[in-house]
Amino acid sequence: MAPKDETRSELDERSGVSRRFFLKTVGAGGVAASVIDGLQEALPHAQEAGTAAAPAAIGPGPVPITLNVNGQRLSLKVEPRTTLLDALRNHAGQTGNKRVCDRGSCGACTMIIDGRTRYACSTLAIEAQGHDIRSIEGLAKGTVLHPVQQAFAEADGMMCGFCTPGFVMSAVALLEKNPHPTVEEAKRALDGNICRCGTYVRVLEAALKTKGVARG
Amino acid sequence: MKAFSYVDAANEKDALASLGTERNQVLAIGGGMDLLGMMKDYLVQPVRLVNVKRLDATIARTPDGGLRIGSAVRLIDLIEHADARRMYPALVELAEQVGTPQIRNAGTVGGNLNQRPRCWYFRNEEFHCLKKGGATCFSVNGENQFHAIFGEGPCHIVHPSNLAVACLAYGATFRLAGPSGAREVEAEQYFQMPDHNLYAENVLQPNELLTHVTLPAPMAGLKSAAYEVRFKQAHDWPLAFATAALVMEGQTVKSARIVMGAVAPVPWRANEAERALAGKTLSEETAGRAALAAVQGAQPMSRNAYKVRVARTAVTRAILKAGGMKVV
Ligand SMILES: Cc1cc2nc3c(=O)[nH]c(=O)nc-3n(C[C@@H](O)[C@@H](O)[C@H](O)COP(=O)(O)OP(=O)(O)OC[C@H]3O[C@@H](n4cnc5c(N)ncnc54)[C@H](O)[C@@H]3O)c2cc1C
Ligand code: SF4
Ligand code: FES
Ligand code: FES
Repeated sequence: MAPKDETRSELDERSGVSRRFFLKTVGAGGVAASVIDGLQEALPHAQEAGTAAAPAAIGPGPVPITLNVNGQRLSLKVEPRTTLLDALRNHAGQTGNKRVCDRGSCGACTMIIDGRTRYACSTLAIEAQGHDIRSIEGLAKGTVLHPVQQAFAEADGMMCGFCTPGFVMSAVALLEKNPHPTVEEAKRALDGNICRCGTYVRVLEAALKTKGVARG
Repeated sequence: MKAFSYVDAANEKDALASLGTERNQVLAIGGGMDLLGMMKDYLVQPVRLVNVKRLDATIARTPDGGLRIGSAVRLIDLIEHADARRMYPALVELAEQVGTPQIRNAGTVGGNLNQRPRCWYFRNEEFHCLKKGGATCFSVNGENQFHAIFGEGPCHIVHPSNLAVACLAYGATFRLAGPSGAREVEAEQYFQMPDHNLYAENVLQPNELLTHVTLPAPMAGLKSAAYEVRFKQAHDWPLAFATAALVMEGQTVKSARIVMGAVAPVPWRANEAERALAGKTLSEETAGRAALAAVQGAQPMSRNAYKVRVARTAVTRAILKAGGMKVV
């Protein structure tokens, strides 16, 4: 069966090669060439709307985009349907933030956009242009962990680690706004993240123990 | 999800010019928190999306002292708006309960009001139910513990929007813009029962957009609140909830608007409860009687009788909370 689209094909792991290995080997762009070339757009258009000209549509094929990720400009070519998470994971080799539910329901993909946490799996990459995007890759300075990452390590706040990047981003966003949250405030700020391994107690401990977070 | 083309509309006029007349062919995208999920599950497969986040994203005072909220306002901005909180606390409290922080940071007012139902048969690609043009409502003989306790069907969804319920309680009107101009529709007239409109939940046409929510100036003596009952505190929709907007004179309720959520395919106005409360001194007893009246006509399904009790409790507590009384 031919993969129905990019979303499905990524779930399809029959090759025997690990997905990450495959993606990294093929490299950015290779995976992008997707199945919908030649898709025709059936267009309800401005005529009906009775207005002059409708503004131009882009896509459905790949279009050039520029993202500002962790302070760096990233030029990619992706389809309008590509999410910010998939753009970074599949087209830019940045696999730090995880794709778990892909439905805005778990938080593993959490990034910080313009200072606020967002589900990158439920944000279109084209719509993330012009915004300040921060992902888990942007936190550590070389081999020095960000204070939140350090606190997670010290509190042993992870088991399988799949939810961890998202939790760390949510904790960073919280602490940059509110360096001394109460337990209730911290719980509420971390509400949008789920951990199947049940590390909540230590995640909370890490978030509350972290010292010295300032946007810098 | 299926590939689509994308229009980054700079304003209302451009957005309208990009829409079409066929349902679900061209869709507006706000925060995408609902829409992208629908598309990933192939429940809608639009050929084109139109960005409506550059429509009005401000909250402004109206000449009569109310507020006019642009559809592109994000839930987080509504939550952080001091006037909105002071004037319409139930609306802001309900916005605060939506989903998760990430959802509130992305979701817009327009998207919240127009989000599609969460019935799990509807959301599952494999179930071709009535609402999707099929022949059966699977909830009738199926898992209906979160379905409606009011309404005659044929579809038994509960309306998923938190904000919609407060909009009815405060007597909001919606501005709908289309190819031949704009119209104002009362929130109460906006949402439609499935026997009138099975394939959509409201009167909005495919070539129209909801651009503004106008809330009338709070009447003198207006006291309002919302009370939600949730199974989980986050990541979920309420089991049932209620909003009470009481016009008070001392401890006497002059008039009331009571609207329940998550109990029917539309926000459910409890006229009997409003009548039961009018002219009464507010107390636990009068609130409780009004709540009983509110659920009088409920017709639970095979697995959701418990919701009648939950809704009743939500109404009692919303009334007491609005009146500034202790809620146990
Ligand atoms: C895990 C989870 C939990 C949630 N919990 C809750 C909850 O408790 N309460 C609640 O109310 N919601 C809840 N939601 C739904 C959440 O999607 C909405 O609250 C959110 O506000 C939708 O806004 P949006 O801008 O992202 O909508 P979008 O996804 O962009 O749009 C939703 C729909 O509205 C249409 N639309 C968007 N803007 C307009 C407009 N201006 N005019 C006409 N049509 C328009 C779109 O075409 C689409 O069909 C939850 C969602 C998730 C994923
Ligand atoms: S309640 Fe409505 S949406 Fe759900 S299965 Fe029945 S017809 Fe479909
Ligand atoms: S992967 Fe984005 S919320 Fe789960
Ligand atoms: S550590 Fe495994 S999901 Fe959180």
